[in-house]
Amino acid sequence: MMQLFDIIASAGLWAAILRIATPLIFGTLGALLCERAGVLNLGIEGIMTFGAMIGWLSVYHGADLWTGLLIAGIAGGVFGLLHASLTVTLGLSQHVSGLGVTLFASSFSYYVFRLIVPLANTPPTIVPFRPIDIPGLSTLPFIGPAFFTQTAPTYLAIIIALLMAYIIFRTPVGLAIRMTGENPHAAEAQGVNPMKVRYGAVIAGSALMGMGGAFLTLSAFNSFFPTMVQGRGWICIALVVFASWRPGRALFGALLFAFFDAFQLRLQTALSGLVPYQLFLMTPYILSIAALAVMARRARVPQALMQPYRRGER
Amino acid sequence: MRFERREHRPLYLLIVTPIIAVIAALALSGILIAIAGAPVLDAYWRILIGAFGSRLSATETLTRATPLMLTGLAAAVAFRARLWNIGAEGQFYLGAIAVAAASSKLLGDLPAPILIPLLLLIGAFAGMVLILIPLWLRLRFSVDEVVTSLLLNFIAVLFVSMLIDGVLKDPLAFGWPQSQSVSDHAMLPKLIARSRLHIGFAIAIGLAVVVHFVQSRTVFGMQSRAAGLNPTGAIFAGVPLGRTLVKVACLSGGLAGLAGAIEVMGVKGYVTTDLSPGFGYAGIVVAMLANLNPLGVVFAAIFTATMFVGADGMSRGLGIPTYIADVTVALSLLTMLIALFFTQYRIRR
Repeated sequence: MMQLFDIIASAGLWAAILRIATPLIFGTLGALLCERAGVLNLGIEGIMTFGAMIGWLSVYHGADLWTGLLIAGIAGGVFGLLHASLTVTLGLSQHVSGLGVTLFASSFSYYVFRLIVPLANTPPTIVPFRPIDIPGLSTLPFIGPAFFTQTAPTYLAIIIALLMAYIIFRTPVGLAIRMTGENPHAAEAQGVNPMKVRYGAVIAGSALMGMGGAFLTLSAFNSFFPTMVQGRGWICIALVVFASWRPGRALFGALLFAFFDAFQLRLQTALSGLVPYQLFLMTPYILSIAALAVMARRARVPQALMQPYRRGER
Repeated sequence: MRFERREHRPLYLLIVTPIIAVIAALALSGILIAIAGAPVLDAYWRILIGAFGSRLSATETLTRATPLMLTGLAAAVAFRARLWNIGAEGQFYLGAIAVAAASSKLLGDLPAPILIPLLLLIGAFAGMVLILIPLWLRLRFSVDEVVTSLLLNFIAVLFVSMLIDGVLKDPLAFGWPQSQSVSDHAMLPKLIARSRLHIGFAIAIGLAVVVHFVQSRTVFGMQSRAAGLNPTGAIFAGVPLGRTLVKVACLSGGLAGLAGAIEVMGVKGYVTTDLSPGFGYAGIVVAMLANLNPLGVVFAAIFTATMFVGADGMSRGLGIPTYIADVTVALSLLTMLIALFFTQYRIRR
């Protein structure tokens, strides 16, 4: 029991939570934006992988960290454009198109990476984002080291979450996005172009996914290796349901999830040898499934999610 | 530019579509090969030689196609009923580990004619059990099964890793996490001597024919199709939707579990966590390339296996990363999607 308490009371745990949550916040917000406009984007796992790869590669070749993050975002947007062309213009199955994008984006990432970086025993590294001490706040006891010594992209993720909540619920653009996700025909009658809204949401959402992936290589780690995204994209899709398609709750959900993840990592060290470590590694995935089961019924799904929209066709 | 739905689809279009899609995918990855600085036609020629140039490589390609046929069938039957089973990878591993466990702990002493069919059934059953979890969540809590079946892949592989690190660990493997081997007489007979091609290949083709027959000639096949085309309409027409989905899920999960069982009993003899180089995911592409047609799955699986096996030799010869095979296969899924669209719609200006 004392051990459990020690884990929870350590500032290291809380700092880790924010770090673990960051890629999830980016990814969940990205998926949420797509779904609010009525497009399920299962390309997320691949887009995050590509973002992680291209962000790292840019910095490895001399770009600065912010440029790397930007390039990852643009690359994510390009994959979003691909997904939108298939699902919005052609109206193909969003499930299958998303899986296709994931398979293509991740294998393409590995291909490009191997082409440029030959096989080596120790993977090449870059200098990642350094933690920023926020003046005044970082010196506070406990709270300072826990919450105010993160790297810049973590602060950016939180700002984007708040900004997105504002845009979706308080601006005309947000209203257009929500209407398109609920009823594109009604939206069109109100003078909104559902096609344009969907394209915009999928491209912007996918850009966030790419940046979430880039966080892994530019901030959390300093190198790229295949399978490093490790299902985080799928967890983001589950978190969107958990968040009932609300950015504020997405932020909360990602932090809650990261809390369990950081906690199990420490518990794993404390209990090593007693319990197979694989059981701990399973918990994030089990938690995601449980979150889906609990929230799926209560959540109000955007009504037109996964429905292709064609003018004059119902 | 507008799209107009075609009144009827000419038959030749349905046959030509996959071929056009594959050629388009090969052309696109040809660009990537060219960017890498290698001669494109030479690269594809080497892939073909690498996959079929000798007796050894040809049997190796067909051996590799076997699990792909089964996971492809698993995806095809599920997708046709719009059951998005993306969990074939996990079902594959569960089928594999169930066979290893049953053979090494319980049944290893049975004679081969009883043991082999029994183990195949056990493998299929394990796959079924795993897919019933997402199906139950869908029917009971209306949770979309895509993410749940996918997350279960990670859980299944970790579960297998736990077993081969624990109770099923082979003490003779020098500490390497590897399951105990299945008994010698549980290994599938060879189809061709002095090769790895085993009878599982024939079983997979046989099952493709059976599934084709079930889908086109039985009430269940009709019901599963109706469930996929229009779930609400199917209920009005008196199709028991829930029960149909359970049957479809069992068939799909069973095929994926069987793929794992056959890979263990036909090739490896034991389970490691790299038993499958993504057979479950590649099965999705195989099913799509076949336009969800069970007989088409056989050819799509052989194409996919050709890419994977052939890319190894090409990679050694030209220094192009083997991942080009995955890229081509994934691209062919996307080009196939677009090609299929144009069998249903035409462009009107």
